[in-house]
Amino acid sequence: MRDALTLRGNQALLTRANPLAKFAVVFLITLVLALSIDWVSASVAIAAELALFPLAGLTLRLAWQRGWPLIIAAALGGWSTAIVAADSGAVLLDVGIWSISEGSLQLGIGFMLRGLAIALPAILLMTCTDPTDLADALAQRARLPHRFVLGTLAAMRLVGLMAEEWQTIGMARRARGVGSQGTPLKRLRATLGQSFGLLVQAIRRASRLAITMEARGFGTGQRTWARESTYSTLDAWVLAGGVLIAAAAVVAAAAMGTWNFVWR
Amino acid sequence: MTASDAGTSGVRPATVSARGWGWRHAGRSAPAVHGLDLDIAPGERVLLLGPSGAGKSTLLHALAGVLGDEGDDADETGSLLIDGVVPRGQRGRSGLMQQDPETQVVLSRLGDDVAFGAENLSVPRDEIWRRVHEALDDVGLRSIGAGAGLNANGTGVDADGGPGAAGLPLDHPTSALSGGQKQRLALAGILAMRPGLILLDEPTANLDPAGVLEVRDAVGRCLDKTGATLVVVEHRVSVWKDLVDRIVVLQPGSAAGSAGSLAATSAVLLDGPPDQVLADARDMLIGAGVWVPGYVPATRSRASAGSGELLLAAADLAVSRERPRRRGFRTIPPVPVQQGITAQVRSGHALTITGPNGAGKSTFALTLAGLLAPVAGKVSAAVELSAGAGIDPFKWKANQLISRIGTVFQEPEHQFVTGRVLDELMFGPRHLGHGEERVEELLERLRLTHLVDANPYTLSGGEKRRLSVATVLAAHPRVLVLDEPTFGQDANTWAELASFLSELLDAGTSVVSVTHDQEFSAVLGGAELRLGPVSRGGARQEAGAA
Repeated sequence: MRDALTLRGNQALLTRANPLAKFAVVFLITLVLALSIDWVSASVAIAAELALFPLAGLTLRLAWQRGWPLIIAAALGGWSTAIVAADSGAVLLDVGIWSISEGSLQLGIGFMLRGLAIALPAILLMTCTDPTDLADALAQRARLPHRFVLGTLAAMRLVGLMAEEWQTIGMARRARGVGSQGTPLKRLRATLGQSFGLLVQAIRRASRLAITMEARGFGTGQRTWARESTYSTLDAWVLAGGVLIAAAAVVAAAAMGTWNFVWR
Repeated sequence: MTASDAGTSGVRPATVSARGWGWRHAGRSAPAVHGLDLDIAPGERVLLLGPSGAGKSTLLHALAGVLGDEGDDADETGSLLIDGVVPRGQRGRSGLMQQDPETQVVLSRLGDDVAFGAENLSVPRDEIWRRVHEALDDVGLRSIGAGAGLNANGTGVDADGGPGAAGLPLDHPTSALSGGQKQRLALAGILAMRPGLILLDEPTANLDPAGVLEVRDAVGRCLDKTGATLVVVEHRVSVWKDLVDRIVVLQPGSAAGSAGSLAATSAVLLDGPPDQVLADARDMLIGAGVWVPGYVPATRSRASAGSGELLLAAADLAVSRERPRRRGFRTIPPVPVQQGITAQVRSGHALTITGPNGAGKSTFALTLAGLLAPVAGKVSAAVELSAGAGIDPFKWKANQLISRIGTVFQEPEHQFVTGRVLDELMFGPRHLGHGEERVEELLERLRLTHLVDANPYTLSGGEKRRLSVATVLAAHPRVLVLDEPTFGQDANTWAELASFLSELLDAGTSVVSVTHDQEFSAVLGGAELRLGPVSRGGARQEAGAA
């Protein structure tokens, strides 16, 4: 559970790229796709992203496992758009107040593909970026304050611990007679009590961790970095790839005549 | 720069001197430490003893320079100096290890965690990695296991890693280490700062016996090598006695501050070579609950053998803390941490569960206690115990459970549900609608009467332990399950607990305990269930020495 965010032992090529380069690419693709609602640009982007899966050590199965909430949200978004959007063209399905026409279906599919095309890069980024490397890059390259970055990184370790602690506290409280049975009100009270117990433990742990860090000289002063966050030629390729994907999506949509700016 | 001069190890042992030093925490009326006069020579190794509340941790925190963030309300008197300078300005001059292994690890990769302190001291990069390798070698963390394949994104690591990088890779996840390994890792992180003063605050209280020795030996090796000064707080004297060359006994700041007590002005009660102090103050230390070597506290012995009625049985049980996962339409059961466990719990009989770390002892106990669902096999309650509540304890309602099986968790705070000691004890009986009259007796029996209005979270370790046992017993369960009840307890609490449980056993309660403590299980008698290392059956119940 603690290592849920990245794949342990992932050795794919993109894990070696600088997190900031990857971030820039995700930002670029998201920005371009947000400009237009059409199915062509989104499809091109999705195809390119799927082709990148092996480079990030990702498979379809893994993508579903870690990204299913995003994927389902994209599908639902498309579906509801198809239903509520103003009808145009032939009506395909009509159930009372809900109807799906050719026009609204196209719009719905466009929405769904766009959601996917924006969700996939995020999943890719998560899979091939280690939080420690990200922190290094943010503190050394993006020049964010190291006190803040490293404090967050250390705190993230405790989040996994808290998940285990939640389960233990739940059992410990059942052993005291606080059940998860009964009326909704009783359950709510039990959950609130358990949350309070967890909060107490979280604060205790956090203050002990703070003492540990302070005793190891962590503070406001200058510090050196054991690992240098560097840019390599790989990062140039990553950036070039990102620009290429974004450009291909725009050009394809323009060529097919489907590109339409969202504000039009 | 600190610690840049001196010998081959680069460590300059520190001097400590305290003159009339005292500290009162913000919001407290009595000082934690009062009038401390103490001189520690470079390279000296000091074991700090004293009853709880004697300010031992406060002193260590002050020496580590982490005391004083409490604002103006906290109060310092006298002086406390390292090498003639206040500790707060000297980052890295001392290194502190605390009790809870989970909070001694800062980062998620082995090498990074060791480097953390050195980075904060602005040590140059090449020098950091040299120190990381050396420190990991010194604490013995480079020789266990091998996983070269894991060494994936170790950028920069290879700058120095070289061909000799065998053992644990530098990017080994710190979450995968045992408690003892985590403490040794913390020691490595401290060593990489090259401190002249090493401060250990009950470094082994949360560890099993193997982990205790692991950490103690690593500390010994590092001190021999670096010659650093050591101050260790620990109430298990026998563990540290041969490693230290001086024992200092402190008394509570409140006692030292009040006039008329024996040594009215000084916080130091006794000071000298270990054998001398232990001989001179044996009775006093025993009275204060210190684990003096060669002394086992007197306990009540069992008077009856118990009726031996079967109350609860586990048959071919497989256990895990994980829940089954659902993927599509299939349900995937978790991988059990232990399987093939068969055991019986009988009225008036004790059952002790033993085995190495990770053998699933606690998980089994929680499953037996109806708090976890079995992965395979089953736990069944005899009619005698279930009394109409059904055969499977996991399916009982919370109220049905507490009056039948009571479970005392390792961490007492996990079980506190109210903000007052008395409410805490009344909680079970009130929910059950009976048994409130028992509370008075429990309060008295476990010496909690003077604390009825206190907040449970503010009690001392021993008091919390006694309270957690009392609260569970207030519901009058016939089976009592305890997870490491004697971990980190002083000798007095230990003796009280063992005697009390032996009394309960004689009265017909059944006591199941997960413990590494052989003296404790000897007092309770009964059978031993030894769980083998990691999975694959190996569970055997033996009719132990009763």
